[in-house]
Amino acid sequence: MSTLSADQVRYVAELVKLALTDEETELFAGQLSAVLDYASALEEVDTSRVAPTATVLPLRSVMREDKVEPGLSVDEALANAPEKQDGYFRVHAVLEGGQ
Amino acid sequence: MSDLCRLTIHEARDLLRRGEISAVELTRAHLERIETVDARVRAYLHVDADLALAQAEDADRRRAAGEDDSLLGIPLAVKDIITVQGMPATAGSRILEGFMPPYEATVSRRLRKRGAVFLGKTNLDEFAMGWSTENSAFFTSRNPYALDRVPGGSSGGSAAAVAADEALVALGTDTGGSVRQPASWTNTVGLRPSYGRVSRWGVIAFASSLDQVGPLTKDVRDNAILLEAIAGHDPRDSTTMPEPVPRYEDLLEGGVQGMHFGLPREYFVKNIHPGVRRAILQAVDKLVELGATVEETHLHYTKYGMPVYYLVGTAELSANLARYDGVRYGFSAGAANMWENYRQTRGRGFGQEVKRRIILGAYALSAGYYDQYYLKAQKVRTLIREEFETAFETFDALVAPVAPVPPFKIGQSPTDPVELYLTDVLTLPTALAGLPCISVPAGFMEDEGESLPVGLQIIGKPFDEATVLRIAYAFEQATNWRQVRPQLA
Repeated sequence: MSTLSADQVRYVAELVKLALTDEETELFAGQLSAVLDYASALEEVDTSRVAPTATVLPLRSVMREDKVEPGLSVDEALANAPEKQDGYFRVHAVLEGGQ
Repeated sequence: MSDLCRLTIHEARDLLRRGEISAVELTRAHLERIETVDARVRAYLHVDADLALAQAEDADRRRAAGEDDSLLGIPLAVKDIITVQGMPATAGSRILEGFMPPYEATVSRRLRKRGAVFLGKTNLDEFAMGWSTENSAFFTSRNPYALDRVPGGSSGGSAAAVAADEALVALGTDTGGSVRQPASWTNTVGLRPSYGRVSRWGVIAFASSLDQVGPLTKDVRDNAILLEAIAGHDPRDSTTMPEPVPRYEDLLEGGVQGMHFGLPREYFVKNIHPGVRRAILQAVDKLVELGATVEETHLHYTKYGMPVYYLVGTAELSANLARYDGVRYGFSAGAANMWENYRQTRGRGFGQEVKRRIILGAYALSAGYYDQYYLKAQKVRTLIREEFETAFETFDALVAPVAPVPPFKIGQSPTDPVELYLTDVLTLPTALAGLPCISVPAGFMEDEGESLPVGLQIIGKPFDEATVLRIAYAFEQATNWRQVRPQLA
């Protein structure tokens, strides 16, 4: 039986910086435990000699000519920004104690 | 309803060529149809009549100047996870409400170049995660064949729009079944192309190794026309194959005489509705009548499709959805510091199914669990692919049901995620293997006094959409379930 505790849900939520309510935390712990329990069926499959599939395509490291092509203008790139200033995205201070 | 709304692309194309109708007339008829029925069907999130009519006028001018193309002046709808210039893109989520993409998806650009008319954007489950459109942050779309039921999902708005004659054709996306399942539930034709056949550039990402754009249409010929228009290598998407795109419409004839099909026993799951089973077995009889041979076979890894999909898919989406940080676009919670703004923006911007899947994916990738869950799932994914490869040494195609159950009544979808995740158990393995597969109308079943559509799934070899379409076409021509129309008035 695989279980995901409420504390583990809180830990993962913090890894991905996602606010959950207490109700969501409890709900997800129960529901995802059931999903993981179902997923534990994979353990019965012998994969000791099997390579993982990350993509079904035979393509690897597709390259193109290193040529500059037009992209978005600054105004276009900033058009949807919640906050902007002087041609930049405006963000909160990243370092502790920053202004 | 104007008869113009009943047309397929190929029928409208003939009338446009002969000058019997104009693109403006055709577009206006569809805008009126939307006006009449969409308050009940709720297929569209966004309709732009002015923009559509301007494009239609342009198409008429291009035709008058001598241009001709199957899609010139054809009004269509686009699932609101695919960007279209000049239209908002929400992905069905609050976190993108008001977002105006400053670029356009390759598939939209290709259609625009050919002269297609964009009517609007259709409803979906948030970020394409769902089976019913009930996970849309905005509203639930209705099944035109039974308005008290869902149209399926996640491309439910696109399927409902086509079934209700609110668009000639529509684009959807299929990550684990999101084109085929709503097609099956709305008597429409829905194709999931081979992974790598159609560009994902400008399509809002869910699970990058699985997402594909696919056509939802009234018949198979239209599906071939629309697929050909969107398919092909794109220098902006390194996961598109540099393979030539066949002229699918010219390859529809030929029938199924002498073809050998596999019928996987494992696709007749324990909870399959007897009405679905009956419709599929009748479809098999029809294929035999048409000259094919059908043999029962086994796909033993079918049952692992669900856990593999939910581990691989959620791992990928947990990474893809990390871009929603409230800084560059979309909703921002306006919290006091950086980390708190990330937490609150996502906590308030995402709906419950999306949050549940982010947690599962991040857990499967986290230290200590990566080998046990994510890597294990990727290895079993290899076995699922190899099993299909082996099957195709014997068979020209596989035939199967699409969804084991009829469309849910609105508000009565199962609440237990395991039960819900098992809804798409018959569309997940093929998505994991990247195979082309189609849902084609295969009749109707009775459930609680309502007559509901059932789709037949036809599964082909990688990059062999032509054979999948040819089989579907032969079946459609011999059955013509499309003539059974929804009673919408």
